[in-house]
Amino acid sequence: MSSTTAAIHAGHPPTTTGLDHRKIAIWAFIGSECMLFASLISTYLIYKGRSRTGPFPHEWWCQATNATSATGPIANCPAGALYKPILNIPVTSQSTFVLLMSSLAMVLALAAVENKGKKGWAGPGWGGRLMESSKLWLLATAILGAGFLCYQAFEFTSFVHEGLTIKTNLFGSSFFTLTGFHGAHVTAGVLWLLTLLAIDMKRGLGPRDALLVDISALYWHFVDVVWIAIFTLVYLIR
Amino acid sequence: MATTATAPAYTHAGSEAESGLWSWLTTVDHKRIAALYLGTSLFWFLVGGLEASIIRLQLMFPNGRVVSAEMFNELFTMHGTTMIFLVVMPLSAAFFNLLIPLQIGARDVAFPRLNAFSYWVYLFGSIFLNVSWFVGSAPDGGWFGYTPLTTLAYSKNLNIDFWMLGLQILGVSSLAAGFNFITTIVNMRAPGMYFMRMPIFTWMAFITQFLIVLAFPVITIALVFLQFDRFFGTNFYEIAQGGDPLLWQHLFWIFGHPEVYILILPAFGLVSEVLPTFSRKPLFGYPVMVYSGMLIAFLGFGVWAHHMFAVGMGPIADTVFGVTTMLIAIPTGVKIFNWIFTMWGGVLRFTTAMKFAITLVALFTIGGISGVMHASPPADLQQTDTYFVVAHFHYVLVAGSMMGLFAGVYYYYPKFTGRLLDERLGSWHFWLFFIGVNLTFFPMHFSGLYGMPRRIYRYDAGQGWETFNLLSSIGVGFQILGVVIGFWNFWRSRKSGEVAGNDPWGAPTLEWSIPSPPPDYNFAHVPRVTSRYPLWDVKTPHAEPAPQRASMSPRESPRRLPTAKELGIPMPNPSIKPLFVALFMTLMFASLIAIHKDRVQLAVVLVIVFATALTASLYGWLLTPLEDEH
Repeated sequence: MSSTTAAIHAGHPPTTTGLDHRKIAIWAFIGSECMLFASLISTYLIYKGRSRTGPFPHEWWCQATNATSATGPIANCPAGALYKPILNIPVTSQSTFVLLMSSLAMVLALAAVENKGKKGWAGPGWGGRLMESSKLWLLATAILGAGFLCYQAFEFTSFVHEGLTIKTNLFGSSFFTLTGFHGAHVTAGVLWLLTLLAIDMKRGLGPRDALLVDISALYWHFVDVVWIAIFTLVYLIR
Repeated sequence: MATTATAPAYTHAGSEAESGLWSWLTTVDHKRIAALYLGTSLFWFLVGGLEASIIRLQLMFPNGRVVSAEMFNELFTMHGTTMIFLVVMPLSAAFFNLLIPLQIGARDVAFPRLNAFSYWVYLFGSIFLNVSWFVGSAPDGGWFGYTPLTTLAYSKNLNIDFWMLGLQILGVSSLAAGFNFITTIVNMRAPGMYFMRMPIFTWMAFITQFLIVLAFPVITIALVFLQFDRFFGTNFYEIAQGGDPLLWQHLFWIFGHPEVYILILPAFGLVSEVLPTFSRKPLFGYPVMVYSGMLIAFLGFGVWAHHMFAVGMGPIADTVFGVTTMLIAIPTGVKIFNWIFTMWGGVLRFTTAMKFAITLVALFTIGGISGVMHASPPADLQQTDTYFVVAHFHYVLVAGSMMGLFAGVYYYYPKFTGRLLDERLGSWHFWLFFIGVNLTFFPMHFSGLYGMPRRIYRYDAGQGWETFNLLSSIGVGFQILGVVIGFWNFWRSRKSGEVAGNDPWGAPTLEWSIPSPPPDYNFAHVPRVTSRYPLWDVKTPHAEPAPQRASMSPRESPRRLPTAKELGIPMPNPSIKPLFVALFMTLMFASLIAIHKDRVQLAVVLVIVFATALTASLYGWLLTPLEDEH
């Protein structure tokens, strides 16, 4: 310490990186979450094709004969013993689209908060005013996130009706655990967004609060990216 | 700093708020949290030691009749779990808390309340884990909890439930602390404290946090699968359903091997602080010490399957994991040599801290070499599940981690309390513990090579194991004596020890530039750092060791330090909310036990109640600003 005569620092010294602590912490947290989802996804992939009994993700299954078919319904399978492939790619594509759109809304929410108070930054007219509303985009993000959760609830119930529960086989256990963990993350994110919305309603979020929205956006986009990995590895790849 | 040379005794400009139970429950001061970690982990050290002592009493003679087989399983499981999760990790956390802010010139950690939360989760989690003793079903599946032994089919009672839920709770504590310390080190370094100027302990602590945040999620998931299997009837570890028993082993050791480095790197860091001070030489090869620490951590993620050679993974996997394991010996060996070169030609002072530190260097090498022996799959097949392995990991964890941590306690006790530990008692502590550790664990190499398996509660005479087991058990007597003397020293010296002053050892790093114990704001002036050893730059490096200690005496009139308010330093407000969040989270996990008892509705109700309470306290915490407006 060469300088022993530095003036007493009132207030906080600046951070080393110039970034807020919370920004560093959320990145460390996301790094940790990567390992969490890596463990879940790896387990799903390791167990893929190792279930002793159906129903299966992509194949038809006849319970009576334990026969499977990747192409279509199995002939001469007794009524009530035939199980469809479980995964419904068209429906999940829709929910994936909903979740991806929520990321877009999240970007717009952050932009609206960061630029609040700058007149006309989003262009003229009602379109510009729409873009400037942080409340609208926070709400839109939360609603799209909740919409994804509704799709997931629908998906889970219909799978249970089609004969797949978390107890049925390895596919059921690893599928419901993996997607359930992701759904829990989305739920936490929706609650986070609604909290931000409540703060925005109460006192208004401005450029000084941009960090609050920024870190929630990082989390939200991360959860979104994880879904892209899950959708690709679980649903699309046979 | 101008005050360093005179190092006066002082009193805190204290107020009512600074003492009393409430102040401890609401504290967010990293130094007090460090003291809480220290006290709690030393308490569990006694409990874990008691468990080990009963194990050794049972095995002292052939056909021991002290405890039943079931009790023996519980004892070795809880001994391992306690020593790893309730002793070595939190004792390291005590030093992270105390030292990281002081060594980088910060006034607290990045998230003071999160820090308090970590401690309370650790405390409640440790209590939850040990409540199992009182309901008569302590965990009994080994600290590694291998499936299918731990699945419902083979373990019908609550033992494993306590274990998996307890570990889950403790994981939250470590993860929260990990994010906190990473942020602190990245973002709160004083001006001029570049990464390559950071004290080596902070470096090792930094690397350890990365291991924690990357390794703990994996065991979290492994434990989630186990919980789902036991509570909800999923099939992750059900062999009849096609489940793979090796899934648990892989997930567990992907966590478990980095965990080994989580246990040892902080001790390496402490020793790297102690050796230069008492050799009066800078650490030899500082950058190489940093890089070798990183390399150990990096390679530590690529060696997990060397715990699994006996399961038959095939020659390719065995070879790869054998080679990566042997590779770790290189950075570790580099560290050992650098410590020796640090001492080489130095002015050595054999304080108790130095004795413990040198012992780590010497005895860890023994454990390291037997580790390289296991790295060879053919040799490992002979050694797996024998006492040779027990000898190995006790040489790295007791003769390594614990020696290093004791070195840290003797070295940093003055910073915690303002007083020195008694060196004469310290010497007794050291020598008895040293003899005890070697007498206990060295013979285990032989009983292991003679074929004595681990985890057996009883053995017949006439297999050549009697002498070694007797020696091991006698060794425990020496360890107990040493530890009792040491703990008496820790207890007594906090009031009656010699007053330490700022820097009793003539040490080079920032933490020794401020009073002991430090004022709540640590640094009145944020220091400006220009080298790795700032205090040695100010003092002449060839001065007599610790000149200021001679002039110190408790009778010297205390000087009042200015308060944070007088200095205009904003301080975080105390808060009880982290304690509540931690408490409700622990209760929420604990409620899941009811599922096992087929009280599913009760469990659901309790979980909802505690989750609501948890959320409410969490919102209360997050919506209350850390500091008053200024």
